[in-house]
Amino acid sequence: MRNSFLAQNPSMLWFIALLAVFTIAVTLLSEVTGVGLISTSFVKTLGKTLCLCLVAIAMDVVWGYCGILSLGHFAFFGIGGYAIGMWLMYARTEGIVLDSLAGQPIPPTPAEISDAIGNQIFGVVGSSEFPMIWAFADNLFVQLVMVVLVPGLLALVFGWLAFRSRVTGVYLSILTQAMTLALALYLFQNDSGLRGNNGLSGLQNIPGFEETSQATISILFFLASAVALAAGYVFFAWIVSGKMGSVVKGIRDNEARVRFLGYHVESYKLFIFTTTAVVAGIAGALYYPQAGIINPGEIAPIASIYLAVWVAIGGRGRLYGAVIGATFVSLLSSWFTGGGAPDINLGFYTVQWTDWWLVLLGLSFVVVTLFFPKGIGGAFDYLVRKPS
Amino acid sequence: MSMLLEVNGVSVTFDGFRAINNLSINFAEAELRAIIGPNGAGKTTFMDIVTGKTKPDEGQVIWGDKNTSLLGLSESEIARKGIGRKFQKPSVFEAQTVRQNLAMALKTPRGPFAVLMHKKTKPNAQRIEAVAEQIGLQDSLTRNAGELSHGQKQWLEIGMLLAQEPRLMLVDEPAAGMTPEEREKTTDILKEAAKTRAVVVVEHDMEFVRRLDCKVTVLHEGAVLAEGSLDHVTSNQTVIDVYLGRSHA
Repeated sequence: MRNSFLAQNPSMLWFIALLAVFTIAVTLLSEVTGVGLISTSFVKTLGKTLCLCLVAIAMDVVWGYCGILSLGHFAFFGIGGYAIGMWLMYARTEGIVLDSLAGQPIPPTPAEISDAIGNQIFGVVGSSEFPMIWAFADNLFVQLVMVVLVPGLLALVFGWLAFRSRVTGVYLSILTQAMTLALALYLFQNDSGLRGNNGLSGLQNIPGFEETSQATISILFFLASAVALAAGYVFFAWIVSGKMGSVVKGIRDNEARVRFLGYHVESYKLFIFTTTAVVAGIAGALYYPQAGIINPGEIAPIASIYLAVWVAIGGRGRLYGAVIGATFVSLLSSWFTGGGAPDINLGFYTVQWTDWWLVLLGLSFVVVTLFFPKGIGGAFDYLVRKPS
Repeated sequence: MSMLLEVNGVSVTFDGFRAINNLSINFAEAELRAIIGPNGAGKTTFMDIVTGKTKPDEGQVIWGDKNTSLLGLSESEIARKGIGRKFQKPSVFEAQTVRQNLAMALKTPRGPFAVLMHKKTKPNAQRIEAVAEQIGLQDSLTRNAGELSHGQKQWLEIGMLLAQEPRLMLVDEPAAGMTPEEREKTTDILKEAAKTRAVVVVEHDMEFVRRLDCKVTVLHEGAVLAEGSLDHVTSNQTVIDVYLGRSHA
């Protein structure tokens, strides 16, 4: 049946091919090869964009295919970032502390080392104790498991409670917003154990790679993000094709009908919600080492709304639409807000894009929703006529 | 003789309105039955109760040879026990092909992981084709369900019920909005289906019921008013009053 899976997803091969060409081109033009046409910071931007594409296709599966408008998926993304960030920060601080204590005549005891690390990390929030949740921060493997486990469990419990009570539509969206808001507010507290509004920083310095240049690290993360996006794309293409895809789209279009056909709709929703949350967590774990810093502001409710806007502009219900939306809008956003776009002087008023970009984004969201419900990806329907 | 479905003394109240009032009604295996009654007689609520959408305040709903109570089971569990339901408004998955619609309904394991690992098989494909032939859509398998005519959508939904292989089919106004020729074909499909399972048809249209040529139950104000052949119930004075009374109102 492998042939039929590929035959059903011609866009998947195109996508993988384009992604491969893009990845190779960026690598060749980066500072690693000495060409240097693409700066290290732009490689990081591109790598981060690939991670955003990955969380966007997860959003597309849960919303565009299954009809659950989750406005909380960026929380899972952030949790993935925090989980890996804890190890990055711990291991790096440990290295610094060991270096600084190395010159002392009496070798430091493990307790002294631990205290010194605690002071370094938590001094900023007036504490030096390691909170419970840092118990395994020294273990990369455990933290990698957390990247998957914590978003997965949170989604499983939240989804089970919500879907079991048949919460749907806008009510579910509000609940997911409340979830991400509650999580952000909790993390903003200094005693949350994750450094409050300071968040975790210095994540671009990878322990064990102190001698490696940021140019090389940026390319490694860029490649890892590309591989993750490709794998995520194939995985989700597989989920939304075949009979599973039929049932999931059926739930989106007519939940009651699916239920009366004998399918336990709640299990399917839970499966999709949890799977996409896990993928969002993985995307976050790849994103934040490239961003270098994560703080609670990252999982503010607006972030999850942006995610929905990307998918809507790119085109719901098609995975490449989510990729187009995330790439297009996030790159455009950093161009506008980063001062790339020239201000427009109208004589009586100067349009400064750092302020007006949000208005433009909001307007384009309204225009796309009203006039192009299929989004940018819908344009492909005119190019590719389906054989009937 | 043991009944396939027994509904005993069921009542349900919505905001003080008694939609179903001490209703008792039984269905045998492989029986074709029509349920008629004016608007608000409780026909759709009756279906909601049997299929688990509405929980009754009192009464029993007993199913099958093992006398299982259906109360407390979810809609999907009841569907898996062998009760299929067709909605009044054609409810097919318009964004998917006729084949996909039927494949989803086909009696196969319903769990998420079984569905994820599902492989298309030849016997299943043949079952889909057989059902499509039964409902006259054998040439439309690759068409999107949204492109079908109103009548064809109704047939597709009946076909989905057949693919489910239920022991009881509850069919809500299958002939609504159909042309006379389409009605005739619908009658044939239902009569054929009733040879191997119980089929319960809720209908307004007396002509259609006459063509079904089966036992008729008249519902009124949430209870059974009369039962028997169509001629028998239509000669019943109370039934005449109920229908005439309604048409005057």
